[in-house]
Amino acid sequence: MPKMFVLIVGCGRVGSSLARKMLGEGHTVSCLDQDPEAHAKLGVGLEEEWEDHGGIFTVGAALETKALETAGIERADAFVAATNGDNTNIVIAQIARQRYEVDKVVARILDPARAAFYRERGMEVVCPTRVAIEMLEQSLTGADRDGEG
Amino acid sequence: MYLIVVGAGKVGVNLVRELEDQGHEVTLIESSRSLYMSVEQEFEHRVQYGDASELWVLERAGIERADMVIAVTGDDEDNILICQVAKEKYSVERIIARVNNPRNRAHFDLLGISPVVSATGLILKLIEHEVPHHKLVRLLDLESEKIEIIELRVGEDSPVAGSRIADIQTPDRTLLITILRDGTGFVPDAESVLKVGDDILAVLDPDHEEELKAALGFDG
Repeated sequence: MPKMFVLIVGCGRVGSSLARKMLGEGHTVSCLDQDPEAHAKLGVGLEEEWEDHGGIFTVGAALETKALETAGIERADAFVAATNGDNTNIVIAQIARQRYEVDKVVARILDPARAAFYRERGMEVVCPTRVAIEMLEQSLTGADRDGEG
Repeated sequence: MYLIVVGAGKVGVNLVRELEDQGHEVTLIESSRSLYMSVEQEFEHRVQYGDASELWVLERAGIERADMVIAVTGDDEDNILICQVAKEKYSVERIIARVNNPRNRAHFDLLGISPVVSATGLILKLIEHEVPHHKLVRLLDLESEKIEIIELRVGEDSPVAGSRIADIQTPDRTLLITILRDGTGFVPDAESVLKVGDDILAVLDPDHEEELKAALGFDG
């Protein structure tokens, strides 16, 4: 896999874990979060600081163009919208795609209905709720539903 | 008309009152329990509790038959999403969105959310009109109609100060409509002469703004 510049907005459990994984695979990873404390999550399990491993961290609001640009959106090959707000993720994913023309844009959307609508419109969407519902249903019914989800 | 108003803050509540006075049918949606409770007595079944960015909440409010959706919550992402869904999923013909942070205005434009209303933006415009920082103030901007009205100050260094209107070459699709001088305005004719300190109001196609500025000797 070619090395990418990955920008992850929203550095909670999902964002920070993904960030560490991508960094471990040799990609350049930049994280943007409005909470300065989120930086601590990035260092969990690392021997040194996030920055010492080559990671980038920016404090700022997801919708602020300046913050996105400081975090490197203009040179990003991939963009992940993983804040804790579905609507924020939906809006910034569209900004990344349409304004900054980032090649690969993925949005996390918890609400299955909104996820379905935006997937229909061509957005790449990950809906953890829908995955959880399917897995729970599988474990209850014991049904083997390979190929779905 | 049937209108859905999202956000029961001061803007939303007063809007619903006015719209109902005008004889329209309105449903108000509010996602904060406490705010909902505070207006429920007044609006009864015409206010619904729920997050309007959830599709089923919009459907419950009857979005399929809505003529207009107005999103005036305090959250710009929510206002964008609600209007985008109303327009593109439910084919609501008219939407109006509130912009809370004027810096987010570009995002509304990018995603085709129009028209928008921004109280902060309006106040900034008024300040600009009262105390101009720049030589050009945009007074009215009708984007889809492609018409704007701008105000230009004739400065000390202006090349048109002392010129007759008839001698100024203004580009096509632009028109100097008013001169504001010493607190009063008048409609200029060909013989009117511009003075330093005048404010000129011009109506024009926004595409010709640069040309007009050049014709009047404005650089900034």
